[in-house]
Amino acid sequence: MKNGRREEAERSAERKAAMAALAMASGGEIRRLWDAAGFETDAQALRGPETGLVTVRGRIGGAGAPFNFGEATVTRATVRLPGGEIGHAYALGRDKEKARLSAIADALWQNPARCAEIEEKIIAPLKASQAGADEKRRTEAAATKVDFFTMVRGED
Amino acid sequence: MYVAVKGGEAAIANAHALLADRRRGDRDVPALRLDQIVEQLGLGVDRVMAEGSLYDKELAALAVMQARGDMIEAIFLVRAYRTTLPRFGYTRPIDTAVMQVERRVSATYKDLPGGQLLGPTFDYTHRLLDPELAGGADVAEPEQREAAPEPMPRVSEILAHEGLIEPDGSLPDGHVTGDITREPLEFPMERDIRLQALSRGDEGFLLALGYSTQRGYGRSHPFVGEIRIGEVELELDVPELPFPVTLGRIRVTECQMVNQFKGSAKAPPQFTRGYGLVFGQSERKAMAMSLCDRALRAREFGEDVVAAAQDEEFVISHSDNVQATGFVEHLKLPHYVDFQAELDLVRRMRAGHAERQGEEGEQREAAE
Amino acid sequence: MEMPGQSIDGGFADPVFDAQSVFRAVMDAMARPGTVQPIGRSASPPAPLTPTAAAVALTLCDHDTPLWLDAALLASDAAKTWLGFHTGAPLAHNPAEAHFALVCDPAEMIALENFAQGTQEYPDRSATLILAVESLTAGPGLRLEGPGIETEATISPTPLPRHFVEQWKQNHGRFPRGVDVILAAPEHVACLPRTTRIKTMEA
Repeated sequence: MKNGRREEAERSAERKAAMAALAMASGGEIRRLWDAAGFETDAQALRGPETGLVTVRGRIGGAGAPFNFGEATVTRATVRLPGGEIGHAYALGRDKEKARLSAIADALWQNPARCAEIEEKIIAPLKASQAGADEKRRTEAAATKVDFFTMVRGED
Repeated sequence: MYVAVKGGEAAIANAHALLADRRRGDRDVPALRLDQIVEQLGLGVDRVMAEGSLYDKELAALAVMQARGDMIEAIFLVRAYRTTLPRFGYTRPIDTAVMQVERRVSATYKDLPGGQLLGPTFDYTHRLLDPELAGGADVAEPEQREAAPEPMPRVSEILAHEGLIEPDGSLPDGHVTGDITREPLEFPMERDIRLQALSRGDEGFLLALGYSTQRGYGRSHPFVGEIRIGEVELELDVPELPFPVTLGRIRVTECQMVNQFKGSAKAPPQFTRGYGLVFGQSERKAMAMSLCDRALRAREFGEDVVAAAQDEEFVISHSDNVQATGFVEHLKLPHYVDFQAELDLVRRMRAGHAERQGEEGEQREAAE
Repeated sequence: MEMPGQSIDGGFADPVFDAQSVFRAVMDAMARPGTVQPIGRSASPPAPLTPTAAAVALTLCDHDTPLWLDAALLASDAAKTWLGFHTGAPLAHNPAEAHFALVCDPAEMIALENFAQGTQEYPDRSATLILAVESLTAGPGLRLEGPGIETEATISPTPLPRHFVEQWKQNHGRFPRGVDVILAAPEHVACLPRTTRIKTMEA
């Protein structure tokens, strides 16, 4: 029973990570991988794709009480595949086709027979390119790090 | 008094056509594309997102283009657009401690965990116009430095270890986070609402107020504890998923301004803080916001409210440039009837004045 | 919380146009109290939510409008999930905090005075009650008067809350405060805004 729950939590974390990789990718990138994999694009729309807002929250002083400091556009979609799996997608921006494909990907991901394929052909390449871009930005910022050195002061 | 007046339809239509023409300018010059604005006028796009209070680069770029580069008009366009969208919810508060940092500087500590990263800054440039840029010269790839990732705790956490700085701002138990997009402003207000108004407030207005606090209008001895710019993840709780869904990343600028405080009946001498958090790379705005935030906490610290920057109603009521431009610019709209009434009034006062002068003249003559 | 598929089926097929046509019907019904406005069957919610009440909720409710549910609805996870998914409206645990109330069993409904009545300064901060009724013609007749009614109108909804005529008199007496009622019958709506007086109950 306990094992079952842990497995479920792990599965949930993996699904969250897969959805995050889709949300952070560009629509064009998902489309390219999707076409290359030849995955199906038919699904019944249960909601959306539709664009709306989320109100973005920060915390006073960085970690204090929450406050609202602006809004961001978000597009979401929920679809059902012919096999009955339901998939959801949420992402910043206004790309409806990206949301629809991402929701189909989420639905397929939940089908144990298709999950590995989605991970391999869509999610893993997205994660790799995102990690590469992050690493590039990080090392570029690191090159602007100040190395202080103290001048000799006083007399010996 | 307002009276409906008809007419001018053809003039308005032609004016809009002329606007479209002037916006496009010389047809021999290639038309701007939105991606050019997003990529090459990024800080202008960031300002429109911050003060338009809507994070969407393409929309902000479109607004800049449509407004012919008039930032306040662009901000107005974005604000108008956002009212057409439904709201899906409030994100979880962003965590700036785990930001993917592109710039991070502190004026209070030289050596701090994670170090000082200058990032893409105008600081230390010579402010000399660059003819090479005008010539469209190629730009080299930036340097990279291989270094193991280091955690970058907020500077406030370092001072907090000594107990010399006030904790992060808290609000009373049971306080429901305010939202100025949903509830009308009421004074006095809590700090969360002020920060929301300041974050979308006009950069120029807040900059001038922040400057005024440094020049002695309001008590302030600020140091930049830390400025950090970079990307943070947004997460949203939705009923259909058992975990908060990741929406993507946004770029923000955070400023922790540290101020000396001599203490009061309620609190010992310590450092207090002003906080700034703004969409995009908007360092000047985040700094000005944090100066204003600290000045507006005068009541909380039992300080006398003696300067404009400390006056909550003054600052918050006038910080929104869409509101301000609406009220100032409406003066150019027809006020024909108002003005006729005033004209009539001035004529009558003038007649009365002349009459009195005449009477006084006669009296003086009679007295002589 | 993972949701079964059927509890999120049946939202508006065309959210913009469906919501607009339902909104138009509700607006006309509110502007002309006592008239019965047809609305198509655009939503297919899980029971005990009715298609008309659900369509009105999808049209009017969103993330910023706390929604109060009566006991029958509150007992249905399917109905709660469906409403949450399609409207995003948070549930109000206290009727005084709700902007809208959805009532599937009007005969057992709590008194109108429990809901937000608005304030003298902001009479709009009051609740709008959506009552799922079985019929607008089969009940005892109510003769209506007030703004939007040229002389008088008659409507015969059933079932209604207990002592409804007396409760409505009190509601009208609180003007400009008070609640407004949307009667959601199969494929039709009618409204009772707070300005409407119920003159007599016909036998």
